[in-house]
Amino acid sequence: MKGLPPVLITAIVLVAGFAACAVQFPNIASTRVVGNLLTDNAFLGIVATGMTFVIISGGIDLSVGSVIGFTTVFVALAIERWGVPPLVAVVAILALSAAFGAAMGTVIHVFDLPPFIVTLAGMFLARGASFLLSTESVPITAPIYSTVSDFALRMPAGGRLTAIAIIMLAIVIGGALLLHLTRFGANVYALGGSRTTASLMGVAVGKMTIKIYMLSSLLAGIAGIVFSFYTSAGYSLSAVGVELDTIAAVVIGGTLLTGGQGSVIGTFLGVLIQGLIQTYINFDGTLSSWWTKIATGVLLFAFIALQQGLVVLARRTVRKSAGAAT
Amino acid sequence: MTALLPRRGLAQILALIVILAVDRVVSPQFFDLRLQDGRLFGSLIDVLNRGTPVALLSLGMVLVIATRGIDLSVGAVMAICGAIAASLADGHGLPVVLAATLGAGLVCGLWNGFLVAVLGMQPIVATLILMVAGRGIAQLITEGRIVTFSSPDLVWLGNGSVLGLPVPIVIALGMLILTGAVVRGSALGLLIEATGGNARASELAGVGTRAMILAVYVWCGVCAALAGVIAAADIMGADANNAGLWLELDAILAVVIGGTSLFGGRFSLVLAVLGALIIQTMNTGILLSGYPPEFNLLVKAVVVLAVLLLQSPKFSGLAGIAARLRRTKA
Repeated sequence: MKGLPPVLITAIVLVAGFAACAVQFPNIASTRVVGNLLTDNAFLGIVATGMTFVIISGGIDLSVGSVIGFTTVFVALAIERWGVPPLVAVVAILALSAAFGAAMGTVIHVFDLPPFIVTLAGMFLARGASFLLSTESVPITAPIYSTVSDFALRMPAGGRLTAIAIIMLAIVIGGALLLHLTRFGANVYALGGSRTTASLMGVAVGKMTIKIYMLSSLLAGIAGIVFSFYTSAGYSLSAVGVELDTIAAVVIGGTLLTGGQGSVIGTFLGVLIQGLIQTYINFDGTLSSWWTKIATGVLLFAFIALQQGLVVLARRTVRKSAGAAT
Repeated sequence: MTALLPRRGLAQILALIVILAVDRVVSPQFFDLRLQDGRLFGSLIDVLNRGTPVALLSLGMVLVIATRGIDLSVGAVMAICGAIAASLADGHGLPVVLAATLGAGLVCGLWNGFLVAVLGMQPIVATLILMVAGRGIAQLITEGRIVTFSSPDLVWLGNGSVLGLPVPIVIALGMLILTGAVVRGSALGLLIEATGGNARASELAGVGTRAMILAVYVWCGVCAALAGVIAAADIMGADANNAGLWLELDAILAVVIGGTSLFGGRFSLVLAVLGALIIQTMNTGILLSGYPPEFNLLVKAVVVLAVLLLQSPKFSGLAGIAARLRRTKA
C-alpha cells in the first residue's frame, strides 16, 4: 500500500466526526455515550466482522440479516415453548447457522454461482423459515437472559460496558487476529486477490470458500443471540435490512468490494461511524422519522466523500514525493 | 430444434414453462382468458400486469449491471416518484405529472451516476445512500401520510386498457422495444458491454466509459420512475413506506435469472424481462394455491436456486458426465 492506509483514513474520519459532534453536543464525549454506542451496535459489529472476511475473499453475504432474525425466533421458541435449556438452544442454533453457511459456500463453489445471488436465495430461505416458526414476537423470560443483559463493567464517569459489548469486542479482536496473523487469514486475502493464482499457489479454494461462508453465518448466529439479549425477544422480522448496514460498515472501513484488501479494525471503525451518525441524530432529537432517514443518507455520503477525498489526497502526495525523489 | 429455441434463453424458457405448468395444477382456471368491457381478464393477464413494475425496473437494472454496477436505490426512487405523482395528480394534467415524475427519476439517476462515474464510489455503497435517504424524501413529500388521488387520467395509467390489454403491460412492452431499439439498434449496447467487461481497456480504446456509466444510471432512474407512477396509479395512492419496498432485490434477481452476469459484460434485455415474469408467475402461483403467505419466501428461494443451477455450466457439466457414465455402463 502506498500513502495513507484506508484504515487510518477511516480513523481520521471517525475522530473528526466525533470531535464535530462533541463540539455541538459536549455530552457526547462521555464514557456513558460511548458505552451505549458499543452496546447498541454490538450485533452489527459481530456480523460485520464475518462480512469482512467474506468481502475480502471477493464474495458477499446477503443472508446475515435473515440469519439473525431466524436465530432470535429459534432461540426464543426453543427456550420458551419447547422447554430446551438455554445453553443447548444456543449451541444448536450456532451449529445450525454454521451448517447453513457451509451449505451456501458449497453451492457457490461447486456450481460456480455468483455469491450475491446464492446468499440472496439464502436470505429468502432463512427469512421464510423464521416466518414458518412464528410470525409474532416471542418474549424471552428465562432468568439467564436478565442476568446477562444486566451484567456490566463500570467505566469511569458512569459509563457501562455491557456483556454484549464485551462479546462484540472479543469477537472483533479475535477476528482481527485470525485475519492478520494466521494462514487462514492469508488465504482469505489470496482468494480475494485472484482465485486462479490462489489455487495455483496451493490454496484449497473450495474448502476456503466453504469455511469463509461458514464463519460469516456462524457470526451472524452469534449476532442473533446477542440481538435476542438486547431485545429479550425473538421476532421473525427483526434485523431486516441489516445486511446492507453491515456491507456499508465494511466498505466505510476501507475494505474493497472487489476483494483482496481490507481489515477487521477498519470494519469496527466503520460500525462506530454508523453508530455515531445514529447517536448524533438521537442527540439532535428534533428530526422527524423521515428527516432521520434523509440525514442518515446525507451523513453516509459525507463520510464516504470525505474518505474518497482523503484517498485522492494521499495518492497525490505520494506522487509528488516520488516526483521530488527522481 | 436449435433454430426454434435460442440457446441462450433455453433455461429461462424451460423454467417459465415448468412454473406455468405448476400454476395450472394448483389453479385449473389459470389459462382462462375472457374479454369483458373491452379488456382481457384472467390469471395470465394478471401475471403480466402485476409483473410490470419489476419488469420495468429490470430493464434499467440490466444495463447498470452490464457496466458492472448495481442500483440498490430503485425501490426508493419508485417511492419518491409515486409520491410526486400522487401529490400532483389532482391539481395538474397528466403531461405535467409525467414530466415531473420522470424528471425526478432522471435526477435520481444522475445523482447515482455522478457518485459512481465521477466520484468513483463503489456502486453498491453509492446507491445505498439514495436507498436510505430516498424513502425519507418520499415521506417528506407525502408528509408521512398515504396520499390518495382520483384524477381519472392517472388512474387510467394503472387500470385502463389499450386494445384489450391493460395499460401497464403496454407501457412495459413499449419501454422494452424502445430500450432495445436504442441499445441494440446502435453501438450503444456494445459500448455498455465493453465498459462492463473491462472499463480501463475500453477507456483506452476510446469508449467514453464515464458517459456510459452516467447514462445507464439515468436510464435506470427513469425506468424506476415509470414503475413508481404505475404502482401509484394502480392503487390510486402513494405509500411512501411500502411502495417499491425490496423490489430492488427482485429486479436484480430478474436480471440474474435472465443470465446477465453480475460481473458485467454481455446482457440481454428480453431475458431480464422474462426473469421478471418468472418471479411474478411464481408469486401469483403461490397466491392462487392458497398456501399461507409464509411459504412465499421459501418457495422463491428454492425456485431461484433451481433456475440458477439449470444455468450453471458446472451443473450441465455434471449432468453430461453422469450421462456419459451411464452410457459407458450400458
